[in-house]
Amino acid sequence: MADERQRAITFTDVYYDVLHKTILHRITGTFAQHNITALVGPSGSGKTTLLKMINGLLSPTSGRVFLFGTDIATFEPTVLRRKVGIALQDAPMIRGTVYDNLALPRTLQQKSLSELEAKQFLERVDLGARFLRTDVTDLSGGERQKVSIARTLINGANVLLLDEITSALDRHSVEEIERLITTLQKEAKMTVVWITHDLEQAKRVAHDVWVLVDGRLVERGSIEVLTEPESEAARQFLLGGEK
Amino acid sequence: MTYPILALTLIFVLIPLLLSKVLRLGLEKDTMIATVRSIVQLLAVGYVLKFVFDSESYVYIALMVTLMIVAATLNARKKGKQIKGITWKIVVTLVFVELLTQAILLGFQIVPPTAQYIISLSGMVIGNSMVLSILFLNRFTAEVEASAGETELILSLGGTAKQAVNRPLIDAIKASMIPTIESQKTMGLVQLPGMMSGQIIAGADPLQAVQFQLLVLFLLLTTASVSSVLLGFLSYRTLFNDRLQLIKQV
Repeated sequence: MADERQRAITFTDVYYDVLHKTILHRITGTFAQHNITALVGPSGSGKTTLLKMINGLLSPTSGRVFLFGTDIATFEPTVLRRKVGIALQDAPMIRGTVYDNLALPRTLQQKSLSELEAKQFLERVDLGARFLRTDVTDLSGGERQKVSIARTLINGANVLLLDEITSALDRHSVEEIERLITTLQKEAKMTVVWITHDLEQAKRVAHDVWVLVDGRLVERGSIEVLTEPESEAARQFLLGGEK
Repeated sequence: MTYPILALTLIFVLIPLLLSKVLRLGLEKDTMIATVRSIVQLLAVGYVLKFVFDSESYVYIALMVTLMIVAATLNARKKGKQIKGITWKIVVTLVFVELLTQAILLGFQIVPPTAQYIISLSGMVIGNSMVLSILFLNRFTAEVEASAGETELILSLGGTAKQAVNRPLIDAIKASMIPTIESQKTMGLVQLPGMMSGQIIAGADPLQAVQFQLLVLFLLLTTASVSSVLLGFLSYRTLFNDRLQLIKQV
C-alpha cells in the first residue's frame, strides 16, 4: 500500500467547488514515490481536476495538497510547475517545429536548449533526430504525444502527470507510449500519476490505483484492487461500468 | 447655412423612412430616434462649444475633455466586463493618450493652445481611443478564449502570466491597429475624410484642409497604438488569479 512507502503527493480533505457544484468531495490519500499510480473513474468523476491540483493549475477550495511533505500552496506557481510535469490528452503544441516545442520550457526561463540536448531528449522518447525540424502540424498523434512527453522531461521534473495521453492513439502507438513511460519511470525513478479510461492499460502499467466516482475517492491501493474492489461504488464502475 | 435650409436636409431622413415603411424594415422608430438625438446632441454641443470658445477659459476646456473621457469610458467598459477593474483601466488609457498627444501638439507648438484646437483634436483622440479600446477588448477576450489550450500549456510548463497570454495579447494589439493603418492607405483615393470635407465645404483652402487632415491621421496612429498597447498591458494580469491560474470566463 502507498501509505507504507515514501509519500510523494498527499491529499488531505480536499474539496473543489465550481459555481456551488462540488467536483471533488473530501479527497484524502497518498501517491507513493517512484510508482506509477493509475487514476481511473467514469467521465466527469473529477480525475483531471484532481490531476491539475498536483501541479497547481487548479487549487483546492478547501483542504491541502502536499508535494514531498511541503504544502504546494507555499510554492511559487512557476517553480511548482517545473517540478511537476504534466502531459495533456490532446498534446497541445505551440506553432513551429518540434525543436521550438522542446525548447519552450527553457525559453520560458530565458534559457536555451542546444540542438544536441534536443536530440538526446528525442531519443529518450524513441523519436529520431530527424524530427527536430519537423513542423508540429506534420506529426502523427503518437509522435505528437511523444514530443509532449519529451517536453515535460526538459524541466527535469521528478513527478509526471499524464492525462489520458493514449486515448486518441492507435494500438501500436499505445503500446509504444506505455513502454516508453514505464522505461522512463524506472530509469529516472519518477513518480507518475496516469489518468486512463482503459482499465486493461491501468493493469499493464500501474503499481497502484485510485478509483474516483462522482468526485469521491471510492477505492485506492495496489493494482489488484481493480479485480477485487471493496467498495460498492468501485465495484459498480469496475465490473459493470463505463470503460 | 440657415435653419430653414437645414430643415430641408431632413429630406435625407425621409428617404430611409419611406423605404423602411414600404419594405417593412421596421427601422422607422430607430431612424426617428437617431435623427432627433443627433439634432439635439449636436446642437447642444454646438452651443456649448460656442460658449467655451468665446470664454477661452482653460477650466471649461478641461471640463469638456473630462466629460468626453467619462462618456467614452462608460461606452467602452461594457465590452470588457470580464476584466477586473476595467473602468479605471480605460480611464488611465484615455487620460494617458490625451495627455501624451496634447503634450506633443502643444509642446512642439504644432497647434496653438486655444479651445478651438484642443477640444476638436481631443474629441478625435478620445473618440478613436474609445473605439480602439472596444476593438481591442473584443479581440483580446476572444483570442484568450480561443488559445486557452496554449495558455494552459505555457502555464503548465512554468511560464508566467505574461508569457502565457503573450501571443493572444500581441495578436489582439495588431488586430485592433490594422483598421486604422488600412484606412490610411486608401485615404483620399476611396473617400475624403469627414473632417477635411467639412473644412472644404466651410470654405477653407483645400491644401490647408489636407495639412490638418494629415495631422489628424498621424495623431490617430499614435492613439491607436498607445491605446491598445497600454490597455493590453493593464488588462492581461487580471485574467489570472494570484496562483497564476487562468480565471474561467463564466
